[in-house]
Amino acid sequence: MTAIQKNTFSSLTPAQFAAIGTELDAIRNRVRADLGQRDADYIHNMVKRQRQFEVAGRVMMMIPPTWPLGVASLGVSKILDNMEIGHNVMHGQYDWMGEPALNSKNFEWDSADTSKNWKITHNYEHHTYTNVLGKDHDIGYGLLRMSEDQKWEPRFLANLPLTVLLHTFFQHFVAVQNLHLEEAMIYKTKTAAQVKEEFKPMWAKMKKQLKKDYVFFPLLAGPLAPLVFTGNVLANLTRNVWACAVIFNGHFPEDVEQFPESVVENETRGQWYVRQLLGSANFSGGKLMHIMSGNLSFQIEHHLFPDLPAHRYAEIAPEVRAICEKHGLPYKTGSFAAQTLSTWKRIAKLSLPSGKSGKVSARKANDEALAPLAMAA
Amino acid sequence: MSATAPRTHFFANGLRRALSSRIAATLAYPHGVDRYLEQFAPTFSLNEVRAEVAAIRHQTDDSVTISLRPNGNWQGFRAGQYVRLTVEIDGVRRTRCYSPANSVHATDGLIELTAKAHGGGFVSKFLKQRLSVGTTVGLSQAEGSFALPETRPARVLLISGGSGITPVMAMLRTLTDEGHSGPITFLHYSNAAKDLIYAAELAEIAAKFPNVQLLRGYAEPHQGGELEGLFCRAHLNAVPDFADAESFLCGPPGMMKAVQKLWADEGLTAQLHLEHFSAAAPVVADNANAEGEVRFVRSERLAKNSGATLLDQAESLGLKPESGCRMGICHACTCRKASGRVRDTRTGEISDAGEADIQICVSVPVGTVTLDI
Repeated sequence: MTAIQKNTFSSLTPAQFAAIGTELDAIRNRVRADLGQRDADYIHNMVKRQRQFEVAGRVMMMIPPTWPLGVASLGVSKILDNMEIGHNVMHGQYDWMGEPALNSKNFEWDSADTSKNWKITHNYEHHTYTNVLGKDHDIGYGLLRMSEDQKWEPRFLANLPLTVLLHTFFQHFVAVQNLHLEEAMIYKTKTAAQVKEEFKPMWAKMKKQLKKDYVFFPLLAGPLAPLVFTGNVLANLTRNVWACAVIFNGHFPEDVEQFPESVVENETRGQWYVRQLLGSANFSGGKLMHIMSGNLSFQIEHHLFPDLPAHRYAEIAPEVRAICEKHGLPYKTGSFAAQTLSTWKRIAKLSLPSGKSGKVSARKANDEALAPLAMAA
Repeated sequence: MSATAPRTHFFANGLRRALSSRIAATLAYPHGVDRYLEQFAPTFSLNEVRAEVAAIRHQTDDSVTISLRPNGNWQGFRAGQYVRLTVEIDGVRRTRCYSPANSVHATDGLIELTAKAHGGGFVSKFLKQRLSVGTTVGLSQAEGSFALPETRPARVLLISGGSGITPVMAMLRTLTDEGHSGPITFLHYSNAAKDLIYAAELAEIAAKFPNVQLLRGYAEPHQGGELEGLFCRAHLNAVPDFADAESFLCGPPGMMKAVQKLWADEGLTAQLHLEHFSAAAPVVADNANAEGEVRFVRSERLAKNSGATLLDQAESLGLKPESGCRMGICHACTCRKASGRVRDTRTGEISDAGEADIQICVSVPVGTVTLDI
């Protein structure tokens, strides 16, 4: 699955970190300098397709014979809106275009989560502290046990059913992620009043989304309202499950590494790059798979260059892979099915108290514990 | 015109009201109604002014005159005002200021902009060489206080140089359309006869309206103009009553300075109205005395203060803050300064050290400055 691996985070020398940093920076600078009409056309076309799928989906859902097509079409529209457009635009990938509608400051997506909240939990916390336990809340969303270094609690026996729940209501979990509900409900480090106050802006957006999909569009269909209501439930569900699966595959297959908090102290650019490399995994697929996953099938490239237009990742992936091989670092990739299976295996294993069930992971945990020492040396 | 016109109008209004309704907004949430309709009607918008390029003509070798058909949101302009024009060039939206040159009474519904493609003019070069008829462009509503007063002055002197002709051309055309009876002098400077934009129309107007005096000044000799050389006191011998006139001035910096000085010397500053934005001289950076650093917190960039404007410094770091006129007029680049002092390149004024909104295209850091970019 991976190239010949000789190096780990702790075995790299400062000079090697610096070299990796320089080589990756060079890719970034080259692509940034090359951004232009091609990228603008790409995202404009993607927006056009999304609008077409959305309008077609909502119309077809109101005509019984085309209802299944309508559901599929709206599902595709929501996936495009959230993944290839929303997620990427909010990363600032298209800010250079100077177009207000495609600017990370202004863009709002078709999801229960507010763009403002997303830019904190995702762009800042997750992308800065990728796979750092205690800092990257995406490790389990406060709901699941995703790492051996996460202390086992009886509630994690439900790791698998809770993962299903997270997939089902993904947009709403993400929307309330920043509330850190586990702190209020389980660890009692947060009061209900605090949660209530922080929930207000989230609820404002959720309300609008719910009104649109579950009140206004059904009403527009008159007697067919139940049909449209059900269709919208299914379209949202499709998007939720797909988005959650894509994200889980990017960071939770078994061979993806996690890091202790100490790793981010005085971290160099090169070390940050390597942590992103080791903390992410790709999955293979055709062009359609890449578009529908918002090019998060190139999760490694995305984590190295979160603000480069995502449709460029496919082009630079061979270079990134070559850099990994040159420095003896793993470049983790596999089929969508293989990565999904591996992720669910990890989730299943971690529902039990024993943290040492996978020996590969155990070795890595040791490596990582040593990592900061090695760096200080 | 036709019998169906009122009915069409009724439906158009009804449709517009429906699209502006809260129900439409809820259905189109979060992207908004415009973002759906623009996919097949690019110039349509509920609020924004957009326009379609209706015609392009090349009056001189280095100028281009563009006729724009604005959508229904355009509220018209006062002769002399400018608009911010936004065009997409190589995937990037660029905004520049141009003054419509047409009469405010023009019945064709078009806005006429003329740009001069000077050497460093990235956008004007694009307009000259690459813009095509049918393209959708963005526009602002008309802005600026340089405009003919509602009560037209009895005596009008219009002074311009180069592409600074556009706002005063709008004034001249507007006044003649109104049958303005007071004397109007049109004093314009260009390098040579071949560079004079609107040459034929100016001659026509001067021939048709006895109250219009046309004075063409050329920097190069033997061009057949009424005046020769750059603006000077002697040229005003042709306008002996200039002190009685309300004067409107737009042109290159050197010329504007000379006119301003003369008017100041004569104690006539209150009668001189000016527009600054044609071919602005580059700001002279105070490189020698630059100290401290510039910090762009949102993008986590930091650099030594080079003494250039904050906009230039941001761009040289690879950042792309919104910007427009790059000379302090349009406020597109306005952003939050978290701390530090800046010097206004136009006035030399130094700001407070506290938090404030500043126009980064005309602000040079004085010591360390932190910006929310």
